[in-house]
Amino acid sequence: MPVQVRGEVLGVRRAGQYHVLTLTAPGIPELARPGHFVGISVGGEGTGMILRRSFSIHKVADRGPYGGTLDIAFAVHGKGTAWMAGLDRHDSVDIVGPLGRPFALPREPVSCVLVAGGYGSAPMFMLAEQLRERGCRVDFVLGASTEDKLFGVLDAKRMASTLTVTTEDGSLGEKGRVTDVLPEIIERLGSSVVYACGPMSMLAAVADTAAAHGAYSQCAVEEAMACGIGVCMTCVLPVIGDDGVTRMLRSCIDGPVFRGDRVRWADVGTVPADTWGAPAGGHR
Amino acid sequence: MTAVIGYGPVGGEPGEPRIDMKTWIGDWVLPSPVMTASGCSASGKELDPFLDLTRIGAVVTKSVMLAPRSGRATPRMAETPSGMLNSIGLQGPGIEAFVEKDLPWLRERGVRAVVSIAGGSVEEYGKLAQVLRYCEEISAVEVNISCPNVADRGQVFACDAKLAADVVSNVRRIIPSEIPVIAKLSPDVTDIVGIAYSVVKAGATGLSLINTTLGMVVDTETLRPALAGVTGGLSGPAIRPIAVRCVWQVHEAMPDIPIIGIGGIGSGLDALQFILAGASAVQVGTMTFNDPSSPQRVHTELARALAERGFGRFTDAIGYAHRPHDEPLSEFVADAWAEDDRAGEGSDPARPLSSGAAG
Repeated sequence: MPVQVRGEVLGVRRAGQYHVLTLTAPGIPELARPGHFVGISVGGEGTGMILRRSFSIHKVADRGPYGGTLDIAFAVHGKGTAWMAGLDRHDSVDIVGPLGRPFALPREPVSCVLVAGGYGSAPMFMLAEQLRERGCRVDFVLGASTEDKLFGVLDAKRMASTLTVTTEDGSLGEKGRVTDVLPEIIERLGSSVVYACGPMSMLAAVADTAAAHGAYSQCAVEEAMACGIGVCMTCVLPVIGDDGVTRMLRSCIDGPVFRGDRVRWADVGTVPADTWGAPAGGHR
Repeated sequence: MTAVIGYGPVGGEPGEPRIDMKTWIGDWVLPSPVMTASGCSASGKELDPFLDLTRIGAVVTKSVMLAPRSGRATPRMAETPSGMLNSIGLQGPGIEAFVEKDLPWLRERGVRAVVSIAGGSVEEYGKLAQVLRYCEEISAVEVNISCPNVADRGQVFACDAKLAADVVSNVRRIIPSEIPVIAKLSPDVTDIVGIAYSVVKAGATGLSLINTTLGMVVDTETLRPALAGVTGGLSGPAIRPIAVRCVWQVHEAMPDIPIIGIGGIGSGLDALQFILAGASAVQVGTMTFNDPSSPQRVHTELARALAERGFGRFTDAIGYAHRPHDEPLSEFVADAWAEDDRAGEGSDPARPLSSGAAG
């Protein structure tokens, strides 16, 4: 069950192109699992920004002088995230979490590849830790357009058996995209599960690649959300259910983690004509 | 001018002011005038972690249609200054699944449920009412005739006085008379009083004012409309003055008709504006996205705001801003005190009330 709490900012630090916000959030770190996210209200008293911003939980620490703390990583995209980047130590922030369905973990100690684009890697380090605790082999693939848009390269290097970096301009690692290197990694290591977080186009390609090479995939999607708690119906995408029927599911409570083979990636942004309750001809 | 009439543990929460917060929509008595708004609380369950749903006036469920409905393509939302634009398109499970799965949960929890219905024709509203008439767990029916996110804008019944009246009379005919039928109106009309008059004449117990107002955002990056549905409904504090105006105008024309004020309410003082303008209750909508516990907070803040202004009963504040210019405020405050003295039991909220709306 999620909670709504007042958190206290312990610090905001720069991490390349991104920022990492550390705060107390009584009750949330203890419940957080990899893939969960939090909703943060931005702008302070009297703001005109009424929608919460959602961020996957990057790290939690449940001990220390402050009790439980959590870290979130973010990029400054607009006024809301700019406000967050300007937060000072001891500022108070309203937080709702943990939200969403986290990554499913394998029962057996299988080999796992963790693939992330940009700061989509934020939730992957908690995941890597828990997979390793279960005896799983963890290999990382981090990709971005350029070197300074990568996030967590050192953490990945420390936690993974291998780390492969791809950049589209070749400024670090291999020149190209994560899906250029993924097939070889899955085949060489016999990976059973691919975990992915990043832009939709990357997730679509990763899910296809995983399926083509016999691996199961778990993808954490990024959809625009208004509420984050399942009431507004904004963040929907077409997902195939166990019964084979496509429904418009909410990424905030039915996700953000979905099985890669269940999301109709090519149809994201539309309502396919065979969706449950779709008008004849579908919606574009 | 402010006389605080004593704070005490009323309704279980220490520090809550001693104000009788009961209100009426027709014969339906609500212990709190604060409800959730349709489309902003799904079927209620999703808000359960954040507030005690039994302590607010009611949960108004997301408008349900006859058949399951996928809703519109994404993007469905754009944030705007002090508001948001949405184009969901009434995504929902259909009335049968709703009655089977969602209503029982609300009943088991003891949550007062107002079921919002939406149809594509006068007949469809009738069929929805046929299903609901046998559901015991319903406190009221809200007839959504004003959703702007339907494929054919011509189907916004609330923009046509005759169509609006036809829908309401059809539903009223079928729903048992002890259950209030509330018509939710659109602000996108030239004369909201005229529409309000026709639906009241057609049998509406009360009015929900207002639904979203039609808007549009163009994305300056993609150089296209920001929403897949092109236009959407604007909600949030940005539309509050429009909503307060609608409540004022309709209350002035029909002071005896219960009005539920809706539009960017996120605090007790926001709610108080609507009450003073003539609303008998309020709904917290879009601001629930900002603060999921806000309906309960709005109730507490409203009670405190009323107490600070000398009101002993919520109903005394309904339409109070309409009082004649020469009626001094202090006189009313004195009256409020005198009334409490006459009651002889201080401001015990448990005492029976002799009258409904004042004002």
